[in-house]
Amino acid sequence: MRASITLAEPGKRKTPLPSRVMAAAFWLLVWQGAYWAVGKDLILVSPLTCLERLLALMVRPDFWGIVAGSLGRILAGFFLGLVLGILIAAATARWQFLYPLFSLPMNIIRATPVASFAILALLFLSGPGFSIFIAFLMVLPLVWSNVHEGLTHLDPQLLEMARVFRLPRSAVLKQIIFPSTLPYLLSAVRVGLGFCWKAGVAGEVIAIPANAIGTQLYNAKVYLETGDLFAWTAVIILLSMALEQCAVWLLDRGAKRLHLQKEGKGC
Amino acid sequence: MLKLQNVSFSYQNMPVLRQLSLNLASGDRIAIMGPSGRGKTTLLHLMAGLYTPQEGTVEGVPSQGVAMVFQENRLLPWLTLEQNVLLPVPEKKLEARRLLERLGLSGWEDRYPGELSGGMARRGAIARALLFDSPLVLMDEPFQGLDEKTRAAAAEVVLDYTRNRALAAVVHDPSEVKLLEAMVFDLTSQDDLCSVPKAGIPFDEK
Repeated sequence: MRASITLAEPGKRKTPLPSRVMAAAFWLLVWQGAYWAVGKDLILVSPLTCLERLLALMVRPDFWGIVAGSLGRILAGFFLGLVLGILIAAATARWQFLYPLFSLPMNIIRATPVASFAILALLFLSGPGFSIFIAFLMVLPLVWSNVHEGLTHLDPQLLEMARVFRLPRSAVLKQIIFPSTLPYLLSAVRVGLGFCWKAGVAGEVIAIPANAIGTQLYNAKVYLETGDLFAWTAVIILLSMALEQCAVWLLDRGAKRLHLQKEGKGC
Repeated sequence: MLKLQNVSFSYQNMPVLRQLSLNLASGDRIAIMGPSGRGKTTLLHLMAGLYTPQEGTVEGVPSQGVAMVFQENRLLPWLTLEQNVLLPVPEKKLEARRLLERLGLSGWEDRYPGELSGGMARRGAIARALLFDSPLVLMDEPFQGLDEKTRAAAAEVVLDYTRNRALAAVVHDPSEVKLLEAMVFDLTSQDDLCSVPKAGIPFDEK
């Protein structure tokens, strides 16, 4: 038998650092050129102004509270979606009649634009609960579909082996089901983190809760503080990249721990 | 111990086994032989309780499970060789080390199946079955991929570990029947009622 699950090694085809620096420098020059062409700070700020505003924001006493507030709420929604997605996937994989029952709302959630949910949710949710709900909705169908896929693609030969040797249910869960499903789950985590982060911040722009990056974006727009708008956007991008890196690290660590990257030649 | 009575089995409308009877007691060894597609693996699966016959009965499948070497190794790629061997019997660590040493796998205990050769993984699958406490041992082409010398050494270990157990092994090579000191249970013609060891023919007398 061959190891049926392999993961692409994240970052294996990484662009060399000098090329990345050159690419970043090129786009910064384009940005600077566009700034010179527009010539109005109200519409487009320069990269340097954006950096200045970013540094100024970072020393503001409430900056880290705002970042922590947004991160906390969105990650709470993410983990809520993760846990519920896994539980529903376990149920739909175990009892097939539940699949159509859950696949319909999941597909609807996946196909509905964030803005529609946001406006509907505003009717019964406000403040912090709103962005938690939006992040939860973004990650729930993703985790559900991936984990369901993993659970329905378990290797029947391994399950048969477990049956013959009368492995206890807990051992089957720990040694066969969990490692087989983990790559599917990690892939959902990787995609879902970035996805729910952006949707969560968009939700904050609509709900305007206290201590939220989205609220700061909204205020910057209202008060025509274009420098702050760019600086907060940079914060969102940097945090998104950091979350992505965390997810990649998690993915890498999980895969290495379970030796899922090795193509089995003799198993 | 294990009793198959008038067992018939078909895949959809294709009969594979017909009116087959077999008694296997502790200490019996049978080598199941026959051309491809005659139902050798199916018979093992019936004996393991994995399949239910359409006709006839299978009695005496050990409730504690069956020690089985499948046609494929079925080792978990994310567990080391030793962890795989210990999977059904986690408490037998010392015995597992000894058994792996006897099978020529000393020093490979902490390697993953993907890092082993086909022959090594095969011996790992044999070790997992032998270490498992079951009065019934079933092996589907246990020595496939092993060279002559390794095959003989592995067969000796199999003999030692199955002295007081019932063994049924699917084999293709007649020399393996001799190595396992088994009676031949030939599926070439299934029309007659077969019973082992009474109807079994020792390899040397065939």
